[in-house]
Amino acid sequence: MYSKKIIDMFKNPKFAGEIKNPDAIGEVGNVKCGDIMKIYLKIDSGIIKDIKFKTYGCMAAIAASEAMCKLVKEKTLEEASKITSKDIVKELGGEMPLVKVHCSVLGMEALQKAIENYNKK
Amino acid sequence: MGKIYLDNGASTKTDNKVVQAMIPYFKEMYGNASSIHKLGKDAKLAIEKSRKTIAKSLNVIPEEIVFTSGGTESNNLALKGTAFAAASMNKEKNHIITTKIEHDCVLESAKWLETQGFKVTYLDVDKEGFVLLEKLKSAITPKTLLVSIIHGNNEIGTIQDLESIGKACKKNNVLFHTDACQSFTKANLDVKKFNLDLVTLNAHKIHGPKGVGALYVKKGTIIMPWQHGGGHEFGLRSGTENVPGIVGFAKAVKIVDSNNIKEMERLRDKLIEGVLKIPESRLNGPIGKKRLCNNANFSFKKIEGESITGYLDIMGIASSTASACSSMSLEPSHVLMAIGLSREEAHGSLRITLSRYTKEEDIDKLIKKLSKVVNKLRRISPLGG
Ligand SMILES: Cc1ncc(COP(=O)(O)O)c(C=O)c1O
Ligand SMILES: [Zn+2]
Repeated sequence: MYSKKIIDMFKNPKFAGEIKNPDAIGEVGNVKCGDIMKIYLKIDSGIIKDIKFKTYGCMAAIAASEAMCKLVKEKTLEEASKITSKDIVKELGGEMPLVKVHCSVLGMEALQKAIENYNKK
Repeated sequence: MGKIYLDNGASTKTDNKVVQAMIPYFKEMYGNASSIHKLGKDAKLAIEKSRKTIAKSLNVIPEEIVFTSGGTESNNLALKGTAFAAASMNKEKNHIITTKIEHDCVLESAKWLETQGFKVTYLDVDKEGFVLLEKLKSAITPKTLLVSIIHGNNEIGTIQDLESIGKACKKNNVLFHTDACQSFTKANLDVKKFNLDLVTLNAHKIHGPKGVGALYVKKGTIIMPWQHGGGHEFGLRSGTENVPGIVGFAKAVKIVDSNNIKEMERLRDKLIEGVLKIPESRLNGPIGKKRLCNNANFSFKKIEGESITGYLDIMGIASSTASACSSMSLEPSHVLMAIGLSREEAHGSLRITLSRYTKEEDIDKLIKKLSKVVNKLRRISPLGG
């Protein structure tokens, strides 16, 4: 069902974890799927210097969290907020089972929320 | 990497002896059982011999066994065939009783019958998945035509007390059907003692081929066919018989060794003991003799089932989950919800189902790997590890 790339990202997520004293946190839950995701950001001069995630969810949700983190690290907040689910699926190797697409948008929503929270500060 | 198969509730490995028994009916005796030449007669003979084998295993007569394409078809025939037959004889008869923990093919048939004017009661079950006899008794009315209750539950392994339920049905003159796909050859299924009128069986859960099953229909039961055509299977199920499948089904039944049940129970209990050492885990369904010998079902807090089975799969172990994310509908299992689990517990479910081929070392390996997987997933869970 899943590609090798998705399996690799699921198995060895380099961005999984927490950041102590983060500059922003974003958390979203997808009740439909039961998935929940939390994003931690370290921001310097408008650039995402570090990012970590914690995800409760299926393989697709965890792999997509990892892919999203990889995509936005070292990006400006403006660049990061333009990331789409297409970009994430591309980062995951271009394939995502159709029933799993909804699990892969979770990461973006958490990131948007974190950026929103940061901008509100 | 060695593969460990622990999803026997979904399907089983076809026994090599079964495959061997089937092959001649592809290669040499490929005739249509309705044909009157030699090849046709050979096929017919094979079907009737198989019918005897299945009948004997249930302690019933061969004329009471109707071959079908599997459990789904047998359940559809049992529900729809009795509902329409009863209603056509007596308009008052429009009520069916079943449970909230049936297989989808029973539930969906019942729901469809509701669209056709029938009334259905879906009985609650207790925390371990047992039907409450008193609730059943009070649900029966003069309009009730059928009670359909699964014998061994496919998700949580609960084995219902069909004997008491059967007595209540008999007393009230209501037809009694059970879906025995999971329990057949693995639990005591006494058709006479349980007062059963209809029993659903299939082959692929007992090391037989997929796409073949049977419905036991007690002589004299009021039922009409659901599939019309050439009048095969005593007029109850038209269509050219799946001869190799039927032969394979009978072979699978013939080679069952009831000694295997004890060994599966032993391994199941070792598994349950080992897995419950993992913190914040629970067993779903009962323990002991009232549980299918090959079934274990757990829930783990703070993690999601599809990621557990996915991880185990990567490690070479096949298992299953009833989490929402693993299903097409994105809804958690109706069975786990019916026994009162929270959504989180239902999402974090894992089903392990053994077979007679399961080895002790498979169980040892699973316990070890599972505890690693649970730890790893909990470390990355926002619900706290
Ligand atoms: C309890 C139960 N009933 C019915 C079925 C459906 O049987 P089949 O796959 O032969 O259609 C299954 C298996 O999937 C089952 O476990
Ligand atoms: Zn998901």
